[in-house]
Amino acid sequence: MEQKLRNLSQEALTALGAAHTPEELNDIRVKYLGKKGEVTQVLRGMGALSAEERPKLGQVANEVRVAIEKALEERNNRVKEAQKEKMLAAETIDITLPGNRFGLGRLHPLTQVMQEIENIFMGLGFKIAEGPEIELDYYNFEALNLPKDHPARDMQDTFFINPEVLLRTHTSPVQARTMEKMVPQVPIKIICPGRVYRRDDDATHSPMFHQVEGLVVDKHITFADLKGILATFAKQMFGPETKTRLRPSYFPFTEPSAEVDISCFNCKGSGCRVCKGSGWLEILGSGMVHPRVLEMSGYNPEEVTGFAFGMGVERIAMLKYGIDDLRLLFDNDLRFLAQF
Amino acid sequence: MRVSYQWLKDYVDIQISPRELADKLTLSGLAVDVVEELGAEIENVVTGRIEKIERHPNADKLVVCQVDVGQGEPLQIVTGATNVGEGHIIPVALEGAKLAKGLQIKRSKLRGVESRGMLCSGQELGMESKLMSSDMANGILILPEDVTIGLDAKEVLGLYDSVLELDLTPNRGDALSMIGVARDVAALLNTELKIPVPKVEENQENINDLAKIEIEDPDLCRRYVGRVIKGIKVGASPIWLQNRLRAAGVRPISNVVDVTNYVMLEMGQPLHAFDYDKLANHHIIVRRAKENEKIVSLDGVERTLNPEMLAITDASGPVAVAGVMGGLDSEVTDATVNLLIESAYFHPINVRRTSKALGLRSESSVRFEKGIDVNGCRRVADRAVQLIQQLAGGSIVAGTIDQFPNPIAEKTILLRPSRVNWVLGVEIPKQEIFRIMESLQFRVQEQGDDLLVTVPTFRPDIFGEWDLIEEVARMHGFNQIPETLPFGASTQGVRTPEQQMNWDIRNIMISCGFYEVVTYSFVHPRVFDLMNLPQDSKFRNAMKLQNPLSEEQSVMRTVLVPSLLEALQKNLNRRAQSGAIFEISRVFYPQEGQPLPEEVPVLAAVAYGNTQKIWNQPARPMDFFFMKGVVEQLLEGLGVQNITFSRHQDPSFHPGRCAKIEANGQILGVVGELHPNVIENYELPGRAVAMKLDLQALAQTNRPVKQYHGLPKFPIVERDLAVLVQQEVLAADMLAIIQKAAGSLLQETEIFDIYQGSQVPEGYKSVAFAMKFQAPDRTLTDEEINDKMQRIIKSLTAQTGAELRK
Repeated sequence: MEQKLRNLSQEALTALGAAHTPEELNDIRVKYLGKKGEVTQVLRGMGALSAEERPKLGQVANEVRVAIEKALEERNNRVKEAQKEKMLAAETIDITLPGNRFGLGRLHPLTQVMQEIENIFMGLGFKIAEGPEIELDYYNFEALNLPKDHPARDMQDTFFINPEVLLRTHTSPVQARTMEKMVPQVPIKIICPGRVYRRDDDATHSPMFHQVEGLVVDKHITFADLKGILATFAKQMFGPETKTRLRPSYFPFTEPSAEVDISCFNCKGSGCRVCKGSGWLEILGSGMVHPRVLEMSGYNPEEVTGFAFGMGVERIAMLKYGIDDLRLLFDNDLRFLAQF
Repeated sequence: MRVSYQWLKDYVDIQISPRELADKLTLSGLAVDVVEELGAEIENVVTGRIEKIERHPNADKLVVCQVDVGQGEPLQIVTGATNVGEGHIIPVALEGAKLAKGLQIKRSKLRGVESRGMLCSGQELGMESKLMSSDMANGILILPEDVTIGLDAKEVLGLYDSVLELDLTPNRGDALSMIGVARDVAALLNTELKIPVPKVEENQENINDLAKIEIEDPDLCRRYVGRVIKGIKVGASPIWLQNRLRAAGVRPISNVVDVTNYVMLEMGQPLHAFDYDKLANHHIIVRRAKENEKIVSLDGVERTLNPEMLAITDASGPVAVAGVMGGLDSEVTDATVNLLIESAYFHPINVRRTSKALGLRSESSVRFEKGIDVNGCRRVADRAVQLIQQLAGGSIVAGTIDQFPNPIAEKTILLRPSRVNWVLGVEIPKQEIFRIMESLQFRVQEQGDDLLVTVPTFRPDIFGEWDLIEEVARMHGFNQIPETLPFGASTQGVRTPEQQMNWDIRNIMISCGFYEVVTYSFVHPRVFDLMNLPQDSKFRNAMKLQNPLSEEQSVMRTVLVPSLLEALQKNLNRRAQSGAIFEISRVFYPQEGQPLPEEVPVLAAVAYGNTQKIWNQPARPMDFFFMKGVVEQLLEGLGVQNITFSRHQDPSFHPGRCAKIEANGQILGVVGELHPNVIENYELPGRAVAMKLDLQALAQTNRPVKQYHGLPKFPIVERDLAVLVQQEVLAADMLAIIQKAAGSLLQETEIFDIYQGSQVPEGYKSVAFAMKFQAPDRTLTDEEINDKMQRIIKSLTAQTGAELRK
């Protein structure tokens, strides 16, 4: 009988080795260990054995049962594992197919640049001021030291609604309005982003464009401070290695006035196509607020000084994104907008 | 202003290259746009004389020249030129010569005859046609007879030179002259400025016997200086003078005219030379023109003057428009022998207005506009007659007529070095400030710690201390000034809630798949028609530009949607299949009795077509409910509460597919499908939807801080309900009825299906609701829910005629 048990065990283990599905495994379990299974049958027959033989054979029978059960479990695990692997293999998808996107739109590149500029200056403690786009001649020109017939008015070809009302040619009137509102308080530290208009339409001019103007007025603001703020801005906007250079210029509402160049971010100053070989890119105009402008707003220029600067958003966007045609910015071609 | 480097050296000793000079000037206030190297391409061209011209044996249109270039044997050169003759001095390109535009000269045979070089035109030497006299501009450049042969032609033609093209700022009228530029150069290089002193040899006559000058309107003419020179001979200028004028971009005309231009370029004072004999009574009266007074200006155009303009007149009428242009009748011609030279100061603003009114800008008006040196008029007149005599002969009549009714004294300004350093944030020693001022030809006196600066009248741009501080700054060098950060009370950089809201809106809109566009704020007045607006629509009241670039951009918009439709249409024309775009911009509503309009920020969005098709999902149409969803998502994202949509009539929208958007009873905007007329007017291929939101109203809507409600502890009970109602019954009404009937235990109701078709009678629809009930303090029982459901059905039936669907 013992031999029979051991044969059965051998037989069962061999059968298990050939089983590949849970069903086959179950069949094997029933065949050997089920109620009518062959091992079970042998064990039932033990009643006929002598008292000496019974425990001995019982032990053998138990060993056989445990061995089969263990093998069953192991085999079962392997079969399950294999099945899972097979399922996973079968479920493989082409993960390079596009995801189900929500269809993200895009901010206009001008807005993106404007936002970046705003954020940099907010970090430097500037508030954002706004003013009307249709403006009085007074704020656009006169309060900025540009009386009627001033030759510098030629620098800004103007759209008029009537002789006293015009489309602002720069965001500078917001300066004058802000100072008028704030006087005699200081400090003033604002930037004014917005649309401006000039009567000019060609490859490099759009009749409507965007500026960001900045103004700081306080008890002791110096030209050196202007340089410091602009250098900080340039480094944040165009990268930490950016150098700035100021060239004397003329704006009726600032003096001394300066055009500000940054070292070309494309060639790092060695000269390239972007900077037309000069190594420098002109990005903004600036200067110390003209004392007459301070006076007109009610400040005493002996007591407070200030600086102002202004930049064209289109110019910066074109430089930053390498856009070579201004008109693209107002053409609103979706193929263009989708690139930003 | 074009500045010849070689010419500039007459006035200041320059040891640095043109390019280095250009950099220095640019960094000190006279911006140099371009440094043009004249004749840079030209090599190996000499002067030669044509000794003999013979017919070409094999070609009718060619001739064979023997040209003496001072190298012994004459060179045989074949040319097709027709303007050359024996004895002419001409530039000769030798073998191996390089000419303009990369042309290279080699020994060659032309129709069998050897040619050892080329006779050159001005253009071939890189000279501009418009700067050459007409006989020079056509054919070979014929040089004056006295030019030595065998010389380097570049030398003779002044082509070893660089021209610095200045882009002057409007305040620097003083730099519209060679001497003005030299003044800055001398200061920058810390070297001496050499100004020519005119020497005039006068004859025995007295100018007062020959001419009379009166100023009737001294407010517009501060000074008028006249000199007379007699017996001159008009002819061509010497080549050096022509070369200098050409370098300056001025076309040589005749010795007299060239001198007036030369002296203007040198000293900045425009001059006018009248033919003395054509001035009636030799009597000049400077006065305002009479209404409709006529003059034919030098360019041959008849100009009509008015009393706003200043005229130079003689006994018979206007002979020049003061400071702008001379008259044709008194023009200097080849026959002129006697001259009256005008050197005057005209009022800058008046010259500017006149030149604008006549549409006439000249080298002269540009300089008067910026203000010339009123105290220099006499010296300039002397310089002019001296040069004319030198070049055209004649004798200078003794004396000068100088009408200068109110002499102008030089200003003195107190310059405080302490203020200079305070404003600039530097520490420049007083002695250095002193030096800078003197180097710019200001006269300086010390006054305690400060400086008393006398401003010469050639610097009319200097009014006060502030202007002098700028002079110090630019000469000291902007780039020598340190970089510091403002020191003082710290300020906080924050956006206002409105400003922040606009950025939030943008971000939500792009998350909804919309592209932001930027369109012009001015539109065509036709857009109101295109938008189907009735004639009495308030939106038609828009501000018009007085001087638009085109009708297309002539009206300040009161509505934003049309600009977006235009952008959409353009994209569809470019074969885009669909488009969803938005813009935030201002619209402009004129205000009665106010000069400025109300500027209201608005958001508008339009969409056409389907959402982007994804490979495993169908595309969604961008229809009314899409756009309404965008509005809902946007407003919810912004934290706006109590949003309602109600049926709305707007002429631009489909009458049955348009809703007014409100929050807390305040109107925020409109969403809808565009009216078929609008679709048609904008030539869209099919239906499109739009929305517009008044951002000012939106900013004013209460957006309360959200308050936390305890998370539910008891289970939700869900129930569905389907009813049959007439088609016209509004969903919003049914939802309101349900909520009211069920009370606070009903947490949420959603419409999950609308069905029309088989099983549903014509004119009816089946609406299915999913409801969620929940109590904060207990588990709800079936009885409670059933009771609520009964109430809901009863209310719906009573108020909408709804029938329960089984």
